[in-house]
Amino acid sequence: MEVEKNIPTLTAKDFESDQEIRWCPGCGDAAILKQMQNLLPSLGIPKEKIVFVSGIGCSSRFPYYMNTYGMHTIHGRATAIATGLKLTRPDLNVWIITGDGDALSIGGNHFIHLLRRDLNVNILLFNNQIYGLTKGQFSPTSTQHQVTKSSPFGTDDKPFNPMTLALGAGASFVARSIDREAKHLQEILKAGQAHTGASFVEIYQNCHIFNDGAFSMYTDRASRKNAALFLEHGKPLLFGEENQFGIKLDGHQPKIVDVKHEESLNDLWIHDESDGIKANILSLFFETETFPRPFGIIFQKSSKRDIDQSQPYKEISVEQYNHLLGGKENWTVL
Amino acid sequence: MKTITKVNKDDVIIKFAGDSGDGMQLVGNQFTSNTALRGHDLATFPDFPAEIRAPLGTVAGVSGFQLHFGSSEIETPGDLCDVLVAMNAAAYKSNIKNVKPGGTIIADISGFDKKNMRLAGYQETDVLLVNSASTNFTFFQVDITKLTVESLKEVALDAKDKDRAKNMFVLGLLFWLYDRSFESTLAFIEERFSKNDMVKNANSLVLKAGYHFGETTELFTNQYELKKAVQSPGKYRGISGNEAIALGLMVASSKASLPMFYATYPITPASDILHFLAKQTKTFNVQTFQAEDEIAAICSAIGASFGGSLSACGTSGPGMALKAEALGLAVTMELPLVVCNIQRAGPSTGMPTKTEQSDLFQSLYGRNGEAPLPVIAASSPSDCFFAAFEAVRIALAFMTPVILLSDLYLANGSEPWKYPEYNALPEIKTRLLKESKEKFEPYNRNEALVRNWAIPGTEGMEHRIGGLEKKDGTGDVCYDGDNHHHMVKLRAEKVANIAETIPLQELSLGELNADVLIVGWGSTNGSIRTAVKELLLEKKSVAHIQIRYLFPFPKNLKGILEKYKTVLVPEINNGQLVKLIREKYLIDAIPYNKIQGQPLNVAELKNEILKYC
Repeated sequence: MEVEKNIPTLTAKDFESDQEIRWCPGCGDAAILKQMQNLLPSLGIPKEKIVFVSGIGCSSRFPYYMNTYGMHTIHGRATAIATGLKLTRPDLNVWIITGDGDALSIGGNHFIHLLRRDLNVNILLFNNQIYGLTKGQFSPTSTQHQVTKSSPFGTDDKPFNPMTLALGAGASFVARSIDREAKHLQEILKAGQAHTGASFVEIYQNCHIFNDGAFSMYTDRASRKNAALFLEHGKPLLFGEENQFGIKLDGHQPKIVDVKHEESLNDLWIHDESDGIKANILSLFFETETFPRPFGIIFQKSSKRDIDQSQPYKEISVEQYNHLLGGKENWTVL
Repeated sequence: MKTITKVNKDDVIIKFAGDSGDGMQLVGNQFTSNTALRGHDLATFPDFPAEIRAPLGTVAGVSGFQLHFGSSEIETPGDLCDVLVAMNAAAYKSNIKNVKPGGTIIADISGFDKKNMRLAGYQETDVLLVNSASTNFTFFQVDITKLTVESLKEVALDAKDKDRAKNMFVLGLLFWLYDRSFESTLAFIEERFSKNDMVKNANSLVLKAGYHFGETTELFTNQYELKKAVQSPGKYRGISGNEAIALGLMVASSKASLPMFYATYPITPASDILHFLAKQTKTFNVQTFQAEDEIAAICSAIGASFGGSLSACGTSGPGMALKAEALGLAVTMELPLVVCNIQRAGPSTGMPTKTEQSDLFQSLYGRNGEAPLPVIAASSPSDCFFAAFEAVRIALAFMTPVILLSDLYLANGSEPWKYPEYNALPEIKTRLLKESKEKFEPYNRNEALVRNWAIPGTEGMEHRIGGLEKKDGTGDVCYDGDNHHHMVKLRAEKVANIAETIPLQELSLGELNADVLIVGWGSTNGSIRTAVKELLLEKKSVAHIQIRYLFPFPKNLKGILEKYKTVLVPEINNGQLVKLIREKYLIDAIPYNKIQGQPLNVAELKNEILKYC
């Protein structure tokens, strides 16, 4: 990346565009936008090298509010559009802003293939478990039996588990954060950006109009300590009001234990971001009611793709082109 | 020593037909390159089965290759053939109806045994290969398989491998019949089998055996001679339509000093463009991307275009349908993009290995909203190069997606091409903006209503564009009705302005005030020209135009059309261009439609034209 030249010190304000923000007042999207604008100045990347690409949905308005290059495209295709951009312009810093409908429903195919290809981009999935922009239909992450405008008797569909899906698609960076935890969110965004390869960050985002409180158990004072598990690399898995609970692996089965019955915290499951098998088990906590929901970096491993083999524009001679035009076999008519 | 009579011919059509595994494409290609090097004009068309490995010996598994060559201008691979080479009963069955009365059939009698007769759906007692005195045809019955194996009796190959060399026997025999040297094929064998001496020697031996068989057998007493075609001086090569599109895109992007990005999803008959370009990626500024689906292909191309590449996609009808929404995005974002539609018979999956021109309406109208974009068509395999070059020029000059129409017949067909020198081709201008004194606004336009192209990395020009309606100039999201009306009109006017930069329509044949004007587009050019030329020789009052620019039309088209009492529009569809002409110019144009998955038949077309002159 060309960061040689002196980049003027930028502030969060430099990344605000002149567009009026049209999200509903109090929307979790605005909180995420703020963290992004706070983060970017610290990265040392010139504004003109940053591109935000989005699809369709509430979250996809994001690029309009960033004073960088940006594309607000069509439903589900931000991932595909960003793929072409990054393949041809490896020098750019590319962020994909998508939602649960955009990435996992209409754009599901592009989403898994982007992760499989592991291009060096950042994917932020704003998950509010509802279709907001179309005013309240169930989404592929809505909970089973959720009553919405399009499921007045509850939806029969099971929700996607985005973490397991991403790991299954071969993602090299998988993390989860939440709109209300500003500091945590910014740390995760920063780690995702620092990762070489595709970084996937699922952000729980509250839609207080159509699905208010979907994540309140992870934000309410009374429940959050028991419901959320904040992961740190190299640290044991602890949760509860006073971190009194730990998680231990019994064979491949996770178990919740009372910490004071353990001889040493080291007997607990120590989080290792690079362990893909454990990452899969962690991601499956989603499917249970007994285990807390993990937040933080679930998995991170260096990409196997030849990243940023930026192909400089080759100098090609007229002879090479004439040779190409002439093909393998040619003849002259006098 | 037998007496050989030299027979002069003006042109000859040969059809090589055999089982998929018989190597007929290779024989066809070798005979073709030998023919081209000898200075004849020619056109070819391969005819593959849709199935990759259809059951051996069946009609479904027949693979054919038609070559038309001669001493004057050759416009098509021809309707009916003079010579049919039939390697088995199935090849005979599927091609016999396309042999001229009095034509010649060279048959490998090993392929007409009981088993092969049954597989081809004949009664075992049917007698196909009969004395020529009692039929319209001249039969040459040669036990090609047996002679091949005999000529290899000294070679330690197994029986199956020996059998596979029989296509070289056919080729050798044909070389003798047309009095050719087989050196070019020997050189080919040398290169192709350089890693396997035994196979190399076997193929050379069989090639020579076939030639010498022709020379010594009493069966053949005639050798056929054709004069060289009068060709304008220059350097020539053979080229297929798909290769020409790939080359055209590559050279044009270089002339625009842009890297090229080709994104696609495998689809018949477009995939050869990808195969060709993928081989160039190490040497040239070309990147290919095989996407997860048709939508991802065009979307990634749009992303690359935003980033400053010349982006192109190749597909066929079903893929075009999937690309419709993204094409609309490229229209409204006003980004350059070339989408090549190599048409095939539809609807839906249709007949993937048969040709058709039925996606013209889809190209013009197949998007939501008012989304006009330029559409141009190629008219011969080599013309695909110039059509692609022109598509790139228009896309970059007007910041618009362009649809380039080719079809299976052009894609797989080939002809000699007097190819241009790189330096003889024009430079292509782009709308790239590197710096600006004023504040950059993405939708500010020049006098032709074209916006600038500021790409990421350009300092001070950070901007956002998207699929929402935008305010004229600033590009800010705007839902105002008056602005939308204005923007719809602006985008349409911009595309209409392309007509100012394209050549005027020219008459291809005939006079301006003839009785009948034949109006074609795309791959029908060769058939129409052949028919019209023959009619002109018969002193009929007929003329021909072939339209490249289908949207917008050339400015003088109306004036030309109005000069004729009768305007006849032959198409390989159910009447599309004819409707555009009727709608736009209120001219009572008459349709002529054949939708059989085949190029237009010249004789049939002539009969149709004769109704009007």
